[in-house]
Amino acid sequence: MKEFLLIIVPLAGALLAAVWRSDRTRPWLLPAVGLVHVVLAFWLLVDPPLIAPGAWWGFDPLARAVLPAVSLLFLVCAAYGVSYLRIRTERPNRVFVAMLLAVLGLLSAGHQARHLGLLWVSTEAVTLASVPLLHFNGTPRAFEATWKYLLVGGTGIALSLLGSFALGYASLHGGGIGDLTFAGLVAQGGTLSRPWVLTAWVLVVVGYGTKMGLAPMHTWKPDAYGEAPAIVGAILAGGVTTVAFTAILRVRAVVEAAGESAIADRTLLAIGLFSMLVAALFLLGTRDFKRMLAYSSVEHMGILSIGAALGGVGMWAALFHVWSNCFTKGALFLSAGNIRRAAGARTLDEVGGMSVLTPRSAALFVTGLFAVTACPPFGPFFSELQVIRAAFETGHGPAAAMLLGCLLFAFFGLTRVVFGVVDGRPRTAAQVAGRNFPETAGVILPPLVLLGISLWLGLATPNVLREAWTAAVAQLFSSP
Amino acid sequence: MVNLMVGLAMGLNLVALGTSRLPALIRAMAMQGVALGVMPVLMEHEFDWRVGLVAAATVAGKGLLIPSLLRRAMRAANIDREIEPVIGLVPSLLLGAGATIAAVALGHLLPLLPEHAGSLLVPGAMASVLTGFILLIGRLKAISQVCGYLILENGIYMFGLLLIHTTPLLVEAGILLDLTVGVFVIGIIVDRIQRAFDSLDTRKLTALRE
Repeated sequence: MKEFLLIIVPLAGALLAAVWRSDRTRPWLLPAVGLVHVVLAFWLLVDPPLIAPGAWWGFDPLARAVLPAVSLLFLVCAAYGVSYLRIRTERPNRVFVAMLLAVLGLLSAGHQARHLGLLWVSTEAVTLASVPLLHFNGTPRAFEATWKYLLVGGTGIALSLLGSFALGYASLHGGGIGDLTFAGLVAQGGTLSRPWVLTAWVLVVVGYGTKMGLAPMHTWKPDAYGEAPAIVGAILAGGVTTVAFTAILRVRAVVEAAGESAIADRTLLAIGLFSMLVAALFLLGTRDFKRMLAYSSVEHMGILSIGAALGGVGMWAALFHVWSNCFTKGALFLSAGNIRRAAGARTLDEVGGMSVLTPRSAALFVTGLFAVTACPPFGPFFSELQVIRAAFETGHGPAAAMLLGCLLFAFFGLTRVVFGVVDGRPRTAAQVAGRNFPETAGVILPPLVLLGISLWLGLATPNVLREAWTAAVAQLFSSP
Repeated sequence: MVNLMVGLAMGLNLVALGTSRLPALIRAMAMQGVALGVMPVLMEHEFDWRVGLVAAATVAGKGLLIPSLLRRAMRAANIDREIEPVIGLVPSLLLGAGATIAAVALGHLLPLLPEHAGSLLVPGAMASVLTGFILLIGRLKAISQVCGYLILENGIYMFGLLLIHTTPLLVEAGILLDLTVGVFVIGIIVDRIQRAFDSLDTRKLTALRE
């Protein structure tokens, strides 16, 4: 029952937000619902429920391994959202708050979907629900970003539906009777029609890969992350991409059951390395610190994809990386949001010397930079180390070398932009705007908490998480 | 009988690629929507209310509602009716014809169940998906891109018809794709009201780039 509450509570909260009268008190619904969600999610993490074999929904090991991270990220972002919406009183927030809560509910649904069709419906709904979030600022640039997000994301969604159909036909051709739960498809295993499974795999990787932001389907990401408010960026980067990643993992398990795991792994490895390469090159070129975050996200999606291609150890590391990336990226998004608001601009040409104007946010931004570029002792260091170790263990030396090379270039690119923003002398225009942006606890504590979680994940990964990831890997490699 | 409809849909793909006027493009797309809506009924031997529902929803959505929304958006945006192609009309047609041939050839490579043997649904689906892509890439106006998206979606729907008996739920879910289109169009209308661009030319959407 608790697993359904994870979906119902946020959706009910969204309805409540839609009818709530006061613009001033409405944002408080965000942390309230977020808190309930976190309590439920962690309760389920510690005490996982049993799942009926043919169930269409369920808090299965894979959901258990990632959903609590999304939930916790949402809570912290929601707390930031209260302070953020207080500064942005000039924009009505009814639609924004309602849709943000709806996204949380739909994400929970997507993570818990054990049925091909339901998974697709949830992802589609998340995509549509996030459209008003991207358009929150209402500027022509926001419209442009929203349009591109819809066009590229919509095409991705359409292709993943085509892939789901192809997988359905593979099952039908293999004598299936229309059972499209992932457990049912895996059980059908070798009888699935191979050509159709491979067609489905290609379409699913392209389709859900678009949502996840793997290169070359990442083109919506810089625009969307650049124009959306910081909390939306953090939730898209930490939550929406995660649901697409687990979707790919679930389909991969079916492909493996059909006996084509070698092809699946090769695809994931190639597309992961390509994403890292593209991200590293664009990071070296970008002058906009919010778009920089998007390319950094593409890079980390690449790491996830590579990890998933490297067998059980790599998959475990990828799930670990979901957690460490989710919180570290969240901290970066929120601190970048503060700097963006204080500076009133986002490119290196207009922003500089933010360590003078917003010392706390700048400190968080720099710390976040070191965390995300995998400096010990933060979470990403340990998860990326595991991915690289898995690569060497499985004999993927060249891939590991390329991964390390891309990480190095990404480090150059990120430090160039971050220190350009933080160091130097503040621009005159920014000095005026900066005075209107006090660094209150409401905007400083959330990114600090996220960095703290990232540090804690790195230094003392809780045993319950390790065990949850192991269980998820066992679920994904359950076929004989 | 179904193959006739698939053939009609494939023909309309080429019409959509070859037309230079926005209303004609919308009309071709609406007719394709109706053809798709009729297909599940033709495939039936006896009447099944679920299939009937899918058919009715398709005709209403793809054939009537979305085209009328698009026409409204066209009026609201007050855009002129010429299509500005990036890929010219003749090259688009040639590409479309090539895509159709490729779809038929590819369709032969994929194994079909005995009851679907000889059906044109798989090549028809792939041809429409590819046509949709050509329109998405090769047209500049937002509304013609939406039409391209719809034709891509129609292709997916055609493929879904193969599954309508065993997994009706999955196919019905596909109708939700139309929602995406609805959001697209509403986006255009809302944005018109809020004022943003002078014309709905996606070439103007270039503030965000590297």
